[in-house]
Amino acid sequence: MPGALFGTDHIGQDVWSRFLSGGFTILSLAAIATALGLILGIAVGLVAAYSRNFLDDVLMRIMDVILAFPQIMLALVAIATVGPNPLTIILAVGLTTMPRVARVTRGASQPVVERDFVAAAEAIGVPRYRILLSEIFPNILSPLLVEASLRLTYAIGVIAALAFLGFTAHPGAADWGLMIQENYIALTVQPWGVILPVAAIALLTISTGLIGDGIARASAGIDRTRGAG
Amino acid sequence: MTTDRAAIVVKGLRIVVEGSGLDIVNDVSFSIAPGEVLGLVGESGSGKTTVGLALLGHSRRGAQIKSGSVRIGDVEVLELEEHDRQRLRGRLISYVPQDPASALNPALRIGTQLREVLEAHNFGKSAAERRARVAEMMREVALPDEAAFLRKYPHELSGGQQQRIGLAIAFACRPRVIVLDEPTTGLDVTTQAHVLDTVRNLATAHGVAALYVSHDLAVVGTLATRVAVMYAGRIIELGPSANLFQASSHPYTQRLIVAIPHLTGGRELVGIPGHAPSPGRRPSGCAFEPRCTYAIAQCREAVPALRPIADLHDVRCIRAEEVRGHGPTRSEEIPRGGIESVQSVLTLRSVHAGYRGRTVLHDITLDIAPQECLALVGESGSGKTTLARSIAGLHSDRWGEIAYKGTALANVARARPREIRRSIQYVFQNPYGSLNPRRTIRQIISQPLEVFGHVRQDQVDRRVAEMLERVSLTASYANRFPDQLSGGERQRVAIARALICEPSVLICDEVTSALDVSVQAAIVELLHSLQRDLGLAMLFVTHNLPLVRSIAQRVAVMSHGRIVELGGVAQILESPKDEYTSRLLSDTPSLELALETAVS
Repeated sequence: MPGALFGTDHIGQDVWSRFLSGGFTILSLAAIATALGLILGIAVGLVAAYSRNFLDDVLMRIMDVILAFPQIMLALVAIATVGPNPLTIILAVGLTTMPRVARVTRGASQPVVERDFVAAAEAIGVPRYRILLSEIFPNILSPLLVEASLRLTYAIGVIAALAFLGFTAHPGAADWGLMIQENYIALTVQPWGVILPVAAIALLTISTGLIGDGIARASAGIDRTRGAG
Repeated sequence: MTTDRAAIVVKGLRIVVEGSGLDIVNDVSFSIAPGEVLGLVGESGSGKTTVGLALLGHSRRGAQIKSGSVRIGDVEVLELEEHDRQRLRGRLISYVPQDPASALNPALRIGTQLREVLEAHNFGKSAAERRARVAEMMREVALPDEAAFLRKYPHELSGGQQQRIGLAIAFACRPRVIVLDEPTTGLDVTTQAHVLDTVRNLATAHGVAALYVSHDLAVVGTLATRVAVMYAGRIIELGPSANLFQASSHPYTQRLIVAIPHLTGGRELVGIPGHAPSPGRRPSGCAFEPRCTYAIAQCREAVPALRPIADLHDVRCIRAEEVRGHGPTRSEEIPRGGIESVQSVLTLRSVHAGYRGRTVLHDITLDIAPQECLALVGESGSGKTTLARSIAGLHSDRWGEIAYKGTALANVARARPREIRRSIQYVFQNPYGSLNPRRTIRQIISQPLEVFGHVRQDQVDRRVAEMLERVSLTASYANRFPDQLSGGERQRVAIARALICEPSVLICDEVTSALDVSVQAAIVELLHSLQRDLGLAMLFVTHNLPLVRSIAQRVAVMSHGRIVELGGVAQILESPKDEYTSRLLSDTPSLELALETAVS
């Protein structure tokens, strides 16, 4: 068909335009869901690491319970119950991202909590939330940056998979996961409808991973812990 | 000493930073005879460890051995291929690292690790012969040689035992040369004394040439027959121990000696102003010139040559004769007034403390008077830090009464009134851990102001600058991060953070143990003047007995969580009544003692 670079799908929609616009939903949903998971996870992880008592155990066991279920399963259950709308998808993916972030945060914070500058702040009575935010948090940034990019990769994968299974934010709207599902039957006739979104999702996840890798390498020196011993 | 009978001869060693070609170590030459211990003394960054490693033909990442020769018998170490050098290590020359805990493999039994060395070098013909050698080694380092002990893992041994295993491994294949890199740092004085004995006996008994790298002049003085002092990558003085300490001829050596606390006679410690130049910033003339009181214009012209000033005694200073004649300027003894009986600022009444279900402090009763400095002395594990932290409200598992000016203190700092939190300040042992690496010096020092709010917002910068000046830093430090500061500077910042609270009690927990002697002297000097000028009461926790002399009026000696002796400094250090105190005193390496034995 003239004007349609990569042809049209079974109901005559332009594959190229749908592909171009389909990235917006997945990217924005994944970014918001990851941000939500990061904020909650970091909060839980910091509190758990700093409390060093039963609260630590309680919080981390709750996280373990959530972790015990596969991320996609939990998201499916949530969406199947409430119905697929953007908020549900964000909440489902965000909440399942939380325990993973919490574990990394707690792990990274534990050695920092034992450092003397935390004790120095305690000795003069700096409020607890200030200790968490201005003493401990800045010192775990580099592992968290890496974790953030990793979690974004997973969120993209989960949201694409949900769309493929038919749970999209806006049924009928352009969405990479949905495109694959709509077009895979006609793969031999019109391969672009599948190849384009598949390549895009692959490229997106790989590059997010690479960005994370880059951050990890670049942040190796930003801890300012030279000579700490 | 003639070169032909020396076990190892080092000539013109030059080690540079890879790529940039800046000198780390330059023009280092010495030789060690069989059975002789050469002490290599220097402060951090002087290049002493780099030299020690170069004897094994090894350089740390980023460093490169550029030129020079290291000859052991007929072998020229630096000309060998890395593969051949590896076979050499352990057999001809071996190395004892600073931290035995990280040098031993935690997953292997110590017997296995000892046998491994012998197997690697094909020492002994059969398994039985090697087993016999392992047993022999264990006896040599005064450890039990039974099978049960050899089946232990490194973590089941104490620090001293671990270091002795390190010695056993190093001596296993009967090497001709051994390099010991601060092997007793981090050990208690008693343990240190045993390890030093072992080193001395092994070296003389087997005719091993030993290079003992250390920052501790007193330790080197008791152990080594000859001493080389390093500064900014060069040997600046080299001579027999007695000569070097009694007739030191380089200004730096003299300043180092004055910076060391002495057991007899409490003298004010005198630090060396400024700090040692790092590679690339070293002046073209004498490296010590900027800090030297003897410096003249000629000193800046060229690096002075190492020249003999007396028999076997070499020095790198153009004015060595004058320096030698002048001798180190010792400061006056500190006059000690009696302490008037006033109401004590801090009282402890039968304080007990627990740690993980064990009681680690038993029935501690103490009083600290205003403007008094009380030293709390003890070996590691004696409970002195727990006591200090209990007072500061950082150790919550505590019972018994701690009172500040009559008010009983809550166990946790957070539960104490703001006024008390402000009045009792704590300076931590490790300045590398007590400053948040992600905050600037200004943020660190002004943090207490945010909490206590006793200084107006627009005054904060001025107060921070004032405090920095108070601790002999400049206001320009405010925008730096802790990693841009040296250890001594960091500790000054930590002290400034405590001072900005205007405290009346300052608790100093081993504040100098992570620092070089000249820096230690400067910090003690600073604390002493602060205590005097601000009328602070001070609890000075330390394991360093001679240091107590220079700062405290009274001493409490702790052992196993109890105070075993309490009294005036002179009385305790000169006529200790408790057996533990006397043992501690006799095990403490001291320069005076080293000199006496060297002379006799």
